[in-house]
Amino acid sequence: MFAVFRDLVRYNIEFAIGLILVTIVVVFSAASFFSPVDPSLIYMTIPDQPPSPQYWFGTNSRGQDMFWQLSAAFRNSLIFGLTVAVLSRIISIAVGLTSGYVGGWVDRVLMFINDIFVSVPIFPILVLFYFVLRNHMDSFTLALIMAAFGWPFDARLIRSVAVGLKHREFTRHAVFAGMSTRKVLLEEHLPYVMPIVFATFMNNMLWSIGLEVTLAVLGFTNINQPTIGTVLYWANSHSAMVVGTWWWIVIPVILIVMTFLGLFLLAVSMNEYIDPRSRLRRMGA
Amino acid sequence: MQGYLWFIGKRALQMLAVIFCGISATFLVTHMSPIDPVEQVLGRLSSRANLSPEAIIATRAALNDLFGTGAPILEQYVNFWTRMVQGDFGPSLMAFPTPAMNLVTRAMPWTLGLLVSATLITFVIGNLLGALAGYNQNNRFFKIFGIIAMGIQPIPYYVVAFILLIIFGFLWPVLPISGGFAMDVTPGYNWPFISSVLQHAILPTFSVVLVGFGGWFIGMRALVSNVVNDDYVTYAELAGVQKSTIVGSYVIRNAMVPQLTALALTLGGVFSGTVITEQVFNYPGLGSLLIDAVNAGDYSLVLAVSSVSITAVAVAIFIVDLLHPLLDPRVRAE
Repeated sequence: MFAVFRDLVRYNIEFAIGLILVTIVVVFSAASFFSPVDPSLIYMTIPDQPPSPQYWFGTNSRGQDMFWQLSAAFRNSLIFGLTVAVLSRIISIAVGLTSGYVGGWVDRVLMFINDIFVSVPIFPILVLFYFVLRNHMDSFTLALIMAAFGWPFDARLIRSVAVGLKHREFTRHAVFAGMSTRKVLLEEHLPYVMPIVFATFMNNMLWSIGLEVTLAVLGFTNINQPTIGTVLYWANSHSAMVVGTWWWIVIPVILIVMTFLGLFLLAVSMNEYIDPRSRLRRMGA
Repeated sequence: MQGYLWFIGKRALQMLAVIFCGISATFLVTHMSPIDPVEQVLGRLSSRANLSPEAIIATRAALNDLFGTGAPILEQYVNFWTRMVQGDFGPSLMAFPTPAMNLVTRAMPWTLGLLVSATLITFVIGNLLGALAGYNQNNRFFKIFGIIAMGIQPIPYYVVAFILLIIFGFLWPVLPISGGFAMDVTPGYNWPFISSVLQHAILPTFSVVLVGFGGWFIGMRALVSNVVNDDYVTYAELAGVQKSTIVGSYVIRNAMVPQLTALALTLGGVFSGTVITEQVFNYPGLGSLLIDAVNAGDYSLVLAVSSVSITAVAVAIFIVDLLHPLLDPRVRAE
């Protein structure tokens, strides 16, 4: 595991950049655990102060210190992304492995359902959920709904690997030795799909955080909980750009770009690492 | 030919399944929720106007009738479908008494125009440049281009649209940033109107293209760089086939098949993107309508927009699937 990591950092500049970006963002958001102020309170400092040694990222028109506000926002958004990614990974592993290994009509039915989930446009459905639930919509509910829609792409990917594993020698040995299907899947096949799971994990986080930003900017989530999207929502509703409090928009946008670029680079470089052909090309062997 | 029909039949079945499940989901979401739509609408109505108790009771009865609530859930479901098939979603509360469906059909062309043009531009440019980049792997221009594409691609639609809005709205105001056409032109088939529509479409389309093309570029580059090393390409090169023929007919055509599948799979996401873009640029399409409807608590309009958009995306995916046999002869021959 450590050797893989070292190789990635050494031979893959994209992985190194991605790792640095994500580390910065994670450290920044972890700082919120030591935050001296409650980020949900307003009018705690002087409003509309530009960035200064006292307020590193300035303060917004709601009297919040942007440094701690953003720190808490990024923590909440990252936790949200992690929740969605973990939950949807569980579904995609279960569906992908079962479908690939069992095959036959189980495979066909699961993949039919899978294709339906891929094609349904999720945004109108999420808006509908908000419309119906209104203030009952907290970030965990949202995470559950998104996880229910975030698995099908990756389930198909995992299935394609599992189909290949099914005909390998060791699977037959395991079956002859009397292993149950569940055991074969969890103990024999799961380790083989783990790299894909990790790579898609990042992509899934990107997707879910991006959707959360979109919903929150439109005001379709709980706007009193600081997340990346709600920070932008409040900035918009106070017309930050017109009023001239540019740091309220510019600093979050820079941090968002860093987060997304970092996660994306990690996902891409891991994908490349999984493919032995492109790995060898890169390492010059 | 029979293989083609079999293929179409399978895809059509899939499309119907998607529409069925999607619209059933909208029904379930709206009916399984703890909040009664009738009470919600009543709350909104009575907060604005001073209604007498008798009027409230009468309105409640009328709304119950309209939404079909109160009947057993299965009966409601059947009623829901019969109305759905007729395209009858009841009157919009936001623009009473215009039927919700009228508002949707009015907004539809804007979204469709934005979606189709943005998708086509994105797909063609991204794949063409990606193929060239994959074929000329050591070209410095394409390498820099690849880095830029990679940098923009993961950023959410909203942020890209917003950055464009800031650049063209505040820093360099040359393009209209809001609305579908200028206020001083009369809608119709006249040149001022058309040119105004085109001008207003530039920024929204550009923002969708900017976010979308990187994915196609990177995907196509990877696909082509694999195809280029295949034996049949080497053989064609050795046999002295013209370079443009190799790239056009051998490399791109083969690499296009998975890209077309990917197009069908991402259409739903592109639709979400246009919805958001419309909101940012105040474009008069389905997205703006949906958001206005949610904010106004317009129940039938929200249902109408989400059902129509689910259907529209499913049909669009079906159309993309129909193009498949043009590229991949195996589908026809099977």
